[in-house]
Amino acid sequence: MERKNQNPVMQWIVKSKILGILFFIVIGAFVILKIGEALTSNPSLFLQQVVNGLQLGFVYALIALGYTMIYGIVRLINFAHGDVFMVGAFTSFFTISRFNLHLWFQNIFPSFPALSAQVIGTVTVVLASMAVCALLAFTIEKIAYKPLREAPRISALITAIGISFFLEYFGALNFVFTPNYITYKRPFEVRSWFIGPGGFGTFETGVTIPDNSIIFSNIFLIIVLASIFLLLVLQYIVKRTKIGKAMRAVAFDKPTARLMGINSDAVISITFALGAALAGAAGVLYSIAYPQVYFTMGITPGMKAFVAAVVGGIGSIPGAFLGALIMGQAETLSAAYISTPMRDAIAFSLLIIVLLIRPKGIMGEIASEKV
Amino acid sequence: MKNISKSTIVFLLGSILLFTAVQVLINLGFINTFWKTILLLAGVMAIVSLGLNLIYGFNGQFSLGQYGFYAIGAYTAADITFRWTQLHSAQGLTVVFLIALFAGATIMVIQKAVSKIRGMDTLSAFALYIVAILIAIFAAVKLGQLVANPITAIFNFMPKNIAQTSIFLIAVVLGGAIAAEVSFLFGLPVLTLGSDYFGIATLGFTIIVKVLLDNSDTMLGFEEMKGARGMIGIPKLTNWIWMFVFLFLTIVFIRNLLNSSYGRAIVSIREDETAATSMGINVAFYKTVTFVIGSFLAGLAGGLYAHVNGFLHPNTFSFVKSFDPLIIVVFGGLGSITGTVAASFGWALMLEGVLRLVLPDGFETWRYVIYPILLLIMMLLKPNGLFGNFEIPFIRAVMPPLKKSADKKNEEVA
Repeated sequence: MERKNQNPVMQWIVKSKILGILFFIVIGAFVILKIGEALTSNPSLFLQQVVNGLQLGFVYALIALGYTMIYGIVRLINFAHGDVFMVGAFTSFFTISRFNLHLWFQNIFPSFPALSAQVIGTVTVVLASMAVCALLAFTIEKIAYKPLREAPRISALITAIGISFFLEYFGALNFVFTPNYITYKRPFEVRSWFIGPGGFGTFETGVTIPDNSIIFSNIFLIIVLASIFLLLVLQYIVKRTKIGKAMRAVAFDKPTARLMGINSDAVISITFALGAALAGAAGVLYSIAYPQVYFTMGITPGMKAFVAAVVGGIGSIPGAFLGALIMGQAETLSAAYISTPMRDAIAFSLLIIVLLIRPKGIMGEIASEKV
Repeated sequence: MKNISKSTIVFLLGSILLFTAVQVLINLGFINTFWKTILLLAGVMAIVSLGLNLIYGFNGQFSLGQYGFYAIGAYTAADITFRWTQLHSAQGLTVVFLIALFAGATIMVIQKAVSKIRGMDTLSAFALYIVAILIAIFAAVKLGQLVANPITAIFNFMPKNIAQTSIFLIAVVLGGAIAAEVSFLFGLPVLTLGSDYFGIATLGFTIIVKVLLDNSDTMLGFEEMKGARGMIGIPKLTNWIWMFVFLFLTIVFIRNLLNSSYGRAIVSIREDETAATSMGINVAFYKTVTFVIGSFLAGLAGGLYAHVNGFLHPNTFSFVKSFDPLIIVVFGGLGSITGTVAASFGWALMLEGVLRLVLPDGFETWRYVIYPILLLIMMLLKPNGLFGNFEIPFIRAVMPPLKKSADKKNEEVA
């Protein structure tokens, strides 16, 4: 029964989707006006927020990569991923404050240049956390997800939630991580610089910074460089190595990949380990940037990173990266210009809006290959 | 009396027996306040989970937003009774009632208008609804404040107990109604998303609601809700009688719904969306209906929950907690009403009751360590839930004759 809209005005309204477009234009105009106002009234403050947002976004990116890879290969929203991130942060906390792992190179070769020794020490700390997290995720996958591979998908989701609870509350026990907020000891000294029209210089006590400068620290540089480096390594593994090819094959079509002689269980285990290693690195970087560790610290960044992965297009690695950067910006900018307590709500509204406009995420369709 | 089948009589008698037995035990003091509260919480969880089971188990929509609607219902109902008992004014009642009424009427009118227009895109429709409902709410608030005083006088005229109880009951139902209307608005654009994306969007909804509640006093202007400090001073009106009545009605309602053409359409969408469409079933309409009914039940349960402890805190509605109904539904068996009810009572008794009592001193913190381990073992041993698709005869009689298929969608999602 085909009914036609007789009225031409009505026809135009329906065809042009004008009402929906107007609705989004109003919301979009509000956001753009806010940003424009911020940019013109105090550009350096705005840029400072962008820098802060980048720092946050790059950490989210590392976590989001794990979500996106695991979802891409087994279609599982791995809610335990945020807690693996927490374990990574705690591992680095213990290796630094109990075992002084960040000083091992300096202790063995005292004559070596201090900066290089520090770099080697910090890298070791990060690698240790990555290894612990990879091992943890490998075990989790074997215990909790592998037996449920053929069961309904929801069963694995429930065990993921169970594992998440377990990691949190086992960590909260007194002889494990304790239920307290613990101050994190950074493996290196923080140094900050300022840059702007007034010039470039070291930011120290006693130094007056010229107007309109933005401040950034070595933490910012480390996070950005480490994240980009890890992304490139991951991209190399996925695109150029045999195991990466196997991963893409399993993500694309598991039964066929099996027929081609790929050990899909092993590939899935490795994907989990790889994602968890990135989460471990993110845990170290996050706690260096925001030096406090506690047993539920993984929930919020984990959730944000997951949302970032969805916004970017889940299953796509560049998408996860892009989504994470957007989430970082959305969070810091809305905290700075709209409302601090509402920043989570704004981040999640962004998620819903993006899903409405592009149901598969920003890069969901462009990246046809999934991992 | 000829038409009433044996299973119905057994069910009715069994319910009455169970109800009386528990009520007698409560009156005799065998069930102390601690266990009574747990029973009430279990009943609340049963209603929430039944709502989710309808959405997820019977209609196949993976929703994580149940706790958001639960929170909306809880705070709405609590605000109404709070204003009555603490501020001695029926203002909350009149305003919320009119909002529910006007918004509902607006939805009806616009839906009728929109259904006449072919090819209206969802976002345009959504924009239309939002604008119209905002106007309706504005009118409702103004009118509600006008009629608040006379209505207060009428309620004051009644005996105190009756007035309070009737306000409580209206508040609980209104909590459900507001939750249902919000779910309609939210579901309108979001239900078009694929299954996992729908889950993620609803999860986002839960988090947004929680953040709003955290700032309810500063940003929304409800000072009595006290934001992140938690709302206190809600009368403790939920008792076993009301809990049982609501749970009983919910079970009977869902049973009869499934037996109707609506229910058959809902289940057919879970089975195969394409086939359902080709049979002339309006998939979008039935998805919305299911989502709205499920959220209504969540809001109802929220209203009851608010009056169990007399205390509400936004953290109760955090997204970590929002997995509870999902866990219960999966435990009980997707698409099993008996299983859901049994699992929610088992879950509450186990987690809140037994584990608290069994653990020796100094091991209280182990509660949430043992719980996930139990969860894991159960899931590994019984991935299809405790009850699978077992039903008591009363419900089994009306279930669609299907093979177990809630997990059929396994492969094809993305």
